[in-house]
Amino acid sequence: MNTSPMTTPKPTLLLVGYGMVGHRFLEALADAGAADRYRVVVLAEEPRPAYDRVALTSYFSGRSPEDLLLAEEGFTDKHGYELHLSSPAVAVDRAAKTVTTAAGHTIGYDTLVLATGSYPFVPPVDGKDAEGCFVYRTIEDLQAIERYAAGARVGAVVGGGLLGLEAAGALRGLGLETHVVEFAPRLMPVQVDEGGGEALRRTIEEMGVVVHTGVGTKAVEVSQDGTAVGMQFTDGSRLDTELVVFSAGVRPRDQLARDCGLTVGERGGIAVDEFCLTSDPNVFAIGECAMAVDGRVYGLVAPGYEMAQTVARQLAAQSAQPFTGADLSTKLKLLGVDVASFGDAFATTPGALDVVYSDSRAGVYKKLVVTSEGALLGGILVGDAEAYASLRPLAGTGKPLPVPAESLVLPAGLAAPVSLGGSALPDDAVVCNCHNVTKGQVRAAVTEHSCTTVPEVKTCTKAGSGCGSCLKLLGSIVSEELEASGVEVDKGLCPCFAYTRAELYEIVRVKRIATHRELLAKHGRVGQDAEGCEVCKPTVGSIIASLAPELEASGHILDGEQAALQDTNDHFLANLQKNGSYSVVPRIPGGEITPDKLIVIGEVARDFGLYTKITGGQRIDLFGASVDQLPQIWSRLVAAGFESGHAYGKSLRTVKSCVGSTWCRYGVQDSVGMAILLELRYRGLRSPHKLKSAVSGCARECAEARGKDFGVIATSNGWNLYVGGNGGATPRHADLLAQDLDDEQLIRLIDRFLMFYIRTADRLERTSTWLERIEGGLDHVRDVVVHDSLGIAADLEELMSHHVDDYQDEWAATLADPERLARFVSFVNAPGVPDPSIRFTPERDQIKPDLVLLATEEELLAALDPDNDPDNARVAARATASILEDAR
Amino acid sequence: MTTVAVQTRIELLAGRGWTAVCDLDLLLPGRGVAVLLPDGRQAAVFRDARDRIHATANRDPFTGAYVLSRGLLGSTADGRVYVASPLLKHRFDLETGECLDDESVRIPVYAVRLAEV
Ligand SMILES: Cc1cc2nc3c(=O)[nH]c(=O)nc-3n(C[C@H](O)[C@H](O)[C@H](O)COP(=O)(O)OP(=O)(O)OC[C@H]3O[C@@H](n4cnc5c(N)ncnc54)[C@H](O)[C@@H]3O)c2cc1C
Ligand code: SF4
Repeated sequence: MNTSPMTTPKPTLLLVGYGMVGHRFLEALADAGAADRYRVVVLAEEPRPAYDRVALTSYFSGRSPEDLLLAEEGFTDKHGYELHLSSPAVAVDRAAKTVTTAAGHTIGYDTLVLATGSYPFVPPVDGKDAEGCFVYRTIEDLQAIERYAAGARVGAVVGGGLLGLEAAGALRGLGLETHVVEFAPRLMPVQVDEGGGEALRRTIEEMGVVVHTGVGTKAVEVSQDGTAVGMQFTDGSRLDTELVVFSAGVRPRDQLARDCGLTVGERGGIAVDEFCLTSDPNVFAIGECAMAVDGRVYGLVAPGYEMAQTVARQLAAQSAQPFTGADLSTKLKLLGVDVASFGDAFATTPGALDVVYSDSRAGVYKKLVVTSEGALLGGILVGDAEAYASLRPLAGTGKPLPVPAESLVLPAGLAAPVSLGGSALPDDAVVCNCHNVTKGQVRAAVTEHSCTTVPEVKTCTKAGSGCGSCLKLLGSIVSEELEASGVEVDKGLCPCFAYTRAELYEIVRVKRIATHRELLAKHGRVGQDAEGCEVCKPTVGSIIASLAPELEASGHILDGEQAALQDTNDHFLANLQKNGSYSVVPRIPGGEITPDKLIVIGEVARDFGLYTKITGGQRIDLFGASVDQLPQIWSRLVAAGFESGHAYGKSLRTVKSCVGSTWCRYGVQDSVGMAILLELRYRGLRSPHKLKSAVSGCARECAEARGKDFGVIATSNGWNLYVGGNGGATPRHADLLAQDLDDEQLIRLIDRFLMFYIRTADRLERTSTWLERIEGGLDHVRDVVVHDSLGIAADLEELMSHHVDDYQDEWAATLADPERLARFVSFVNAPGVPDPSIRFTPERDQIKPDLVLLATEEELLAALDPDNDPDNARVAARATASILEDAR
Repeated sequence: MTTVAVQTRIELLAGRGWTAVCDLDLLLPGRGVAVLLPDGRQAAVFRDARDRIHATANRDPFTGAYVLSRGLLGSTADGRVYVASPLLKHRFDLETGECLDDESVRIPVYAVRLAEV
């Protein structure tokens, strides 16, 4: 018998509020496989889908609102979610089970989930609504601050907590004289104690932010025309300021719930039980708008994520973890200062003892709270929060620390360096706080899901994809686990060397080894007369080339043993194409070229019958040259003043530019001039992978500099330097490394950045992947490159200046040397005879490789038969005719 | 007194006879050159790090392009010397012609000898 299909329509699930927690809820619902059990409707007040509010401030360092979005494209469509942007809910009718939007639409629901977040609290002082007063919560808030700051000189932030300091950093970045006003006697009163607050204050004041603690704001002074002009404080003092940001805490957005009679907490927050159910069994509340069973409203994203998970699993009819409260541990970087606080940071546990290290000059403060038995309860770290990731999971476990607490707070150098790897942690210790992932789950990812790298574990468990503070710990757990399960973690470059590229670089540099053969014999892991391989030869070749001046080796890559190490592209100083022919790219610095030179390129291409195409890097690529033709082509190009474009090398390709202030009405700096300067400085620099760059003349970014390994964007005060960008298969926007640099500062930083990359990157690792892989990421690179934290900046600059002094055009040098030239023949036993397999057929008035010819050897031999000469070989014949003529 | 310069020449067995290819000096250890054989075929001749000479067909069977002579030489952990095609990096054993990355593919190899002239 047939059963009739279910005819009941799907129940409606209505989500009000599409912020971070709302989005997580939608993800969790889909992950639990329940997205299609409901008609899911989402009402969002903001004009865009959920974005990363935690990273909001990165808007000021160049992340666009689109970069900040949380969902990948097509997320809502994929799961059939109906999303209504700019549609705030204004009323809930619980009896009728409907919600009304501001536009007057009414939507029925079976289940309602409230995820309305919080709003910034603005103290009720006079003048708080004046023009020039802002809050700091949404992208629109930041855009408004950005616009207003352009015409202001001084800015003040009310509130010296987490958000206040972030806002202060942003104002300072916008070029304002910045003040922070905190009512409590110290900064970040919720997270740190007096000592920590003091260390923080010193460092922040050194950065030029003026800190006022222990004073309240009495009023904002307003001018005749309604704009803010100053502030008055409770101690009678005042301050001239045109811009005020209120950051005095947040309050849960529970108005909707209050109005429909749901129970709310005394101090706000929609009251929920441990399964996030409100006083109405059809209504849930999650995230910052909810008051959990422990009576607290959590102003952090991680507890909100847990709540989202709890509700999603219930709606998917799966077992759900109750949410009873959360760990308030945090680690942040505020204005470049590490601040972490975890567990019982204020030593409120009876009998708790603390171990403190404080160096207020260096701005470092570390406190660990322990029991009398030596078990860790919590701690506060300011200025150096390295140990946070490994200490936080141990807090509250009751187990004594494996080493004395003192050794964990002393700075490296004062005591034997101690760091706790992953091995000290129990399996149930939460390693990633953002996504609540335990060490056990990370281990399982390795043992059961055969992940072998941190990025794999990240995708598999989500660990490390939040704030990223646990990445290092994650790395050590993964390697420990791999080692334990007998998987050899081979970091070696190739079967011949057990070292990474970066290690080989150091060996070559320190031991001054100038040949691959010697390096292989002394430091290889294979027998005496091993050959090496196609991986280590070019890699070592490139290391030696980039250190050539230091090694007093020849800088020319076709000299001595170097010639045997190069990939065919480098060997013939041209790019091998699919039919065995080569392409030629002359350097056109900055993409600027005279008409005469352009004509020479055209003539050369015409005379040699080359296919001609404009590249994405503002140059011209000439295709279809045979080995024999290369020297002839280049002798004409060199005579006209061209030099090698290094399109064949793992080296600097181009520095693209827009037309800049010389012609463009928007331009603020001469981008072409700078691009040419940079291209000429770094041309020929051998690196782990190719390097691309661009310079834009203003923030409109026509040169797409943020898609480059190093990109420069003009500002009215100089240049902003971005690093680690990439186009291609895995696009990545470059990160801001430093801003408002003058020419000299810009070049100095690029010198250091490039040399640091060359020194530490893996083989074929672009700057984008390097930046993501290297320990400490962008912050570490900035420390080294900008703040010289390793004390190597002078070395790096010197290496670059040697490169610049040592540069010679590879093609000019090759043409001048008969021995090097002798290699440019198709056949050693028949110099001057062109390679018959390289033939072309016409397409759109140019040539393309004749691949039919390559299909079988017989066809080639047949084609060679004079009686058989096919029509389409004529184009090639014309191209090769000129060689034969020259050969005669 | 007269000194006689002794040159070592590479010869390759193609068809029925030995064909002189080039002087040994022309080859760099670790690299190859291309040779045009009398019947129009192309061979690739290599000199390895231990100065042994090998010859194979020049055609990369995976792409059809005549480029193997421009590949880099390498050796495996068990000492087999190979050339890696510069196009898609398939490796071919220089002794047997066998492709190390795809057992079903093999390229022709030629016998070589050195002659003093
Ligand atoms: C600058 C900044 C830095 C931060 N840094 C950190 C940090 O380092 N670590 C951390 O854990 N947390 C941090 N936070 C806090 C974190 O952003 C919040 O905990 C998190 O966003 C809470 O998510 P939510 O979904 O509950 O609220 P929200 O992300 O605020 O989302 C709520 C959404 O609901 C919408 N909404 C409200 N009412 C309605 C309505 N009636 N109808 C429709 N839509 C409505 C709102 O417009 C909003 O889009 C930071 C916050 C800010 C502002
Ligand atoms: S980036 Fe600015 S200066 Fe350059 S072309 Fe575009 S608008 Fe003009």
